[in-house]
Amino acid sequence: MTTAISVERLSKTYRLGQIGTGTFAHDLNLWWARMRGKPNPLLRIGDKDHGNRDSKEIWALKDVNFKVEQGEVLGIIGRNGAGKSTLLKILSRVTAPTSGRIKVKGRIASLLEVGTGFHPDLTGRENTYLNGAILGMSRREIDRKFDEIVDFSGVEKFIDTPVKRYSSGMYVRLAFAVAAHLEPEILVVDEVLAVGDAEFQKKCLGKMGSVAKEGRTVLFVSHNITAINQLCRSALWINKGQIVALGETKTITTQYLDFQFTNENEKTISIKHTQDEIFQLTDVKINGATAQDSVINSAAPVEIDLTYEIHKITNGLRIGFDLYARDGSILLRSFDDDIDTVKRSTGTFLAQARIPPNLLNEGKYYIDIAVGIHGVRWILWHDVTIRFEILSAGKINRNYAGGKHPGYFLVDADWKTLQLP
Amino acid sequence: MINLEEENWSLIIEPQRGLLDLRLGELWRYKDLVALFVRRDFVSIYKQTILGPLWYLIQPLLTTITFTVIFGNIASLPTDGLPQFLFYMSGAVVWSYFSSCLTKTSETFVQNANLFGKVYFPRLAVPVSILISSLITFIIQFAMFVLFALYFTLRGTPIQPNWLWIALSPIFIIMMAGLGLGFGIIISSLTTKYRDLRFMVQFGVQLLMYATPVIYPVSSIPQRFQWIILANPMTSIIEAFRYAFLGAGTVSVNSLLYSFCFMVVIVAVGSVIFNRVEQTFMDTV
Repeated sequence: MTTAISVERLSKTYRLGQIGTGTFAHDLNLWWARMRGKPNPLLRIGDKDHGNRDSKEIWALKDVNFKVEQGEVLGIIGRNGAGKSTLLKILSRVTAPTSGRIKVKGRIASLLEVGTGFHPDLTGRENTYLNGAILGMSRREIDRKFDEIVDFSGVEKFIDTPVKRYSSGMYVRLAFAVAAHLEPEILVVDEVLAVGDAEFQKKCLGKMGSVAKEGRTVLFVSHNITAINQLCRSALWINKGQIVALGETKTITTQYLDFQFTNENEKTISIKHTQDEIFQLTDVKINGATAQDSVINSAAPVEIDLTYEIHKITNGLRIGFDLYARDGSILLRSFDDDIDTVKRSTGTFLAQARIPPNLLNEGKYYIDIAVGIHGVRWILWHDVTIRFEILSAGKINRNYAGGKHPGYFLVDADWKTLQLP
Repeated sequence: MINLEEENWSLIIEPQRGLLDLRLGELWRYKDLVALFVRRDFVSIYKQTILGPLWYLIQPLLTTITFTVIFGNIASLPTDGLPQFLFYMSGAVVWSYFSSCLTKTSETFVQNANLFGKVYFPRLAVPVSILISSLITFIIQFAMFVLFALYFTLRGTPIQPNWLWIALSPIFIIMMAGLGLGFGIIISSLTTKYRDLRFMVQFGVQLLMYATPVIYPVSSIPQRFQWIILANPMTSIIEAFRYAFLGAGTVSVNSLLYSFCFMVVIVAVGSVIFNRVEQTFMDTV
């Protein structure tokens, strides 16, 4: 086995706060004041003078070392902000590392987004060529695969229509079709699966599986532990810019999920301040409390209260959650407009959802708040997690002490027993 | 065994590349992308316009008419004895190549921040594609100018083109492209940090035009002040174009050499800054 990627002492720092003051005049002013030994002239009275050089540095990646064998499918897991995206960005050469290096054997193609560089005024055909070239294909390569790409995307009727007239589904399908026909030795994939419908996600996963079978090296970043378990032979877990564990997928994901649950630092639900121009979550409660790890009787409902602010009226805004079992399997997804559309103006809103009683089996679960604009982007996703535990106090199986049924659900299946004549 | 592996790496990602390591070889491998960018620029600009590509001709034509009316008829500026219409058209067309190279390349990083943040390709592909698409525009517009010049000749206006200089004109075009590119990528690199510069570009190019003999000939400037105008590297290029195609203008080999050296320096400086910025700008935008 040969090494396809070797990451050596890789580090990346970002400077928090302001880098410069943003305008040339201010920087010049600041520089002139410093030259004369005067205090910062732009400072408001009462502020402390930190100067620009003292702005805080954060280590997005710190001294990361690992190797990936050729033909390996490596899943990269970790919480948001753990450094996964930074690693991908450095690998895709979008940004340079601060120190250390990565040595690579073979051509890398990265898919951090589908449809990068699509121009709305150009036709599907023109965009296929443009996007292919941006992703590193030569014209001849695209010529050769063009029919296959169009076939895969299923938009052959509209291939000569400007893509701005496409539905968002068609757009994503064409974009993914182009990306799927790249033939690099190394494929780096970010959460592309986050967009698109279930059928499309299945297609993506299928394609990634077949790429892996062809013996190419794949690096796959995802929050979807189930997908990681399915696709990857080994997994890399990053936390706070450092490697926590690297090894066989199942072992690592189990460790990761355990850690997610025993993370004692977090006693209350933390809300991420997204500073989104449209949506801001302000409060999350589970059964009336903001505590993590609350224990809920299986005969009682699980009630989730979300308080949020809308800053801008937006079509297609959906507020909801995913329910996961402790092992990372997704049990269900629910949105506030699943049944009826929700009319919202700007202002503060309270959304209440209820998982019915006598549904979940005993065990630990977590809820992931999912807020997004349909077909456009996620606003909150894998950002806010609520952990809770269900204790069985219902009547099911109560005659057999200590016997817990397997599975995620505990449902009264309405048994009736009739004696037949 | 280990040593053998070491030699086979096809790519090493490291913190900083050498200052002058422009990776031109890599740019060549992405030539198809450059071609597609050029095509995209052409196709997308005039989509959903009624006159379409005709705008390439209408723009310089209207500018020329405006100049002729205002500077020629109202202000009565001299034109080296050339027909006003041809004089202004040559100036406007040549100048617009330089100015479009400059203004468009100066937007490289800001306009493409989204694209650059998602995928790697040699960043120079963008400014280079801009030079090429502007060149095509220039050729179309310049052909129109030549047709007008022919028309004037047929009507009996004495125009003496200098064939030797005409043969040299590709060099002048390269010099303009180089100047536009150099200034443009320097500005685009600085705009990643200072957004003010974006506004200054629009305005600055406009002002620079008046410091360049577009609407007046160098010969109309008093001898004492000519050095100021000649310090502008675009001056000799515009005068050289006029001298080549219309037979009147103040050019010397020295001033052209000066412009050429200026161009080489500005492209070198621009490339170094661009190279530095392209590796880190995603962290500041």
